[in-house]
Amino acid sequence: MSRLYVSRNPRVAARSIDGEMMIMSGRDSTLFTLNKTATVLWQSADGNTPLDEIVERRICVEFEVEPGQALLDAESLARELASHEILQLSERPIPQPTTAKHGESR
Amino acid sequence: MSLDTEVAPLSLVITIGEMPVRLNTMDQRFLNMLRERYSGYVVPAGDAEIEFDIELTESASADPDADVSVRQSNGLWTLQRGDFRAEWMPAKRRGWIRQSANPYSIDAVLRIVHTLLLAQQGGFLLHSASAIRNGKAFLFAGVSEAGKTTISRLAPRDVTLLTDEISYVRKQDTRYIAHGTPFTGELAKLGENVSAPISGLYLLAKGPENRIDPIAPRDAARGLLANLLFFAEDEALVQATFHSAFEFVSRVPVSRLTFVPDSRVWELIK
Repeated sequence: MSRLYVSRNPRVAARSIDGEMMIMSGRDSTLFTLNKTATVLWQSADGNTPLDEIVERRICVEFEVEPGQALLDAESLARELASHEILQLSERPIPQPTTAKHGESR
Repeated sequence: MSLDTEVAPLSLVITIGEMPVRLNTMDQRFLNMLRERYSGYVVPAGDAEIEFDIELTESASADPDADVSVRQSNGLWTLQRGDFRAEWMPAKRRGWIRQSANPYSIDAVLRIVHTLLLAQQGGFLLHSASAIRNGKAFLFAGVSEAGKTTISRLAPRDVTLLTDEISYVRKQDTRYIAHGTPFTGELAKLGENVSAPISGLYLLAKGPENRIDPIAPRDAARGLLANLLFFAEDEALVQATFHSAFEFVSRVPVSRLTFVPDSRVWELIK
């Protein structure tokens, strides 16, 4: 079975505030607010770590969820975020632009 | 015998937010309309940061409610809506506008141009009323029907109204300054062409009593972002404006202002 890799889209603007990620599409200025699970997924989406590892190492640990269901939910969430061009998906690792910024936290 | 005559364009300079924009037209009646429409913002002819030649067309049937498109390619901005088309090259500080002789199209072009200029300077246009009291500016943000015009209408005599619809926010060092605008809402009254440092942003809500409540930083940011005017399909400017909004809420107190429609609400605004 192929693995799914996820990467933050460098063309969006993002900020973490009070633990919640706010993201604005660079294409059409649409504003998205990610819930805690989606925020963890976004923060872990480095293009090199497969989604199943993100689920196992981050999501299952932080939210105490069952791994099989968590992976299904994470895949669904990743595809939804990709449909809004917030995340990029690939069955291969996704090279990261050297100058890309994925947002600032404070 | 023929006479070679060159007709000089008629022009006026409209200064909003200390940004002078010269508009050139060949039509005296249109110029007169502009002079009246932007009364208080028309300055004596002088240097302008931007200059637009306006070409008037006959057709006024195009749809002003059509979606606006604002795009940049190779340093040339193209602004387009059902009722106008414009191009602007910032490097040359010049552009042109093609529209019929109506005030709405030029108003839209000016708003768009100012959003682009402000975005590069850490400022923005905001769907909000704004006013000055005791030397301090206050913004009252909200979508349509939130109460922007109502709170403007209720303002007591010692309040100077900057706008009941679209506020002009400039960043100046670490401060934010609100400027008056000619962009009006239901009040149909131009704001005063003055400015003051911004002391607070209130997100408007109608309710059974007048009260001010603090809000979490994320709600402040979300409230501000939801009311920003921004038209450009341009990733760099979208990112700049997004981060400007967070910078603003980190420096300016943001609260929720719930009010009943009577003038006592202004007792809370000092």
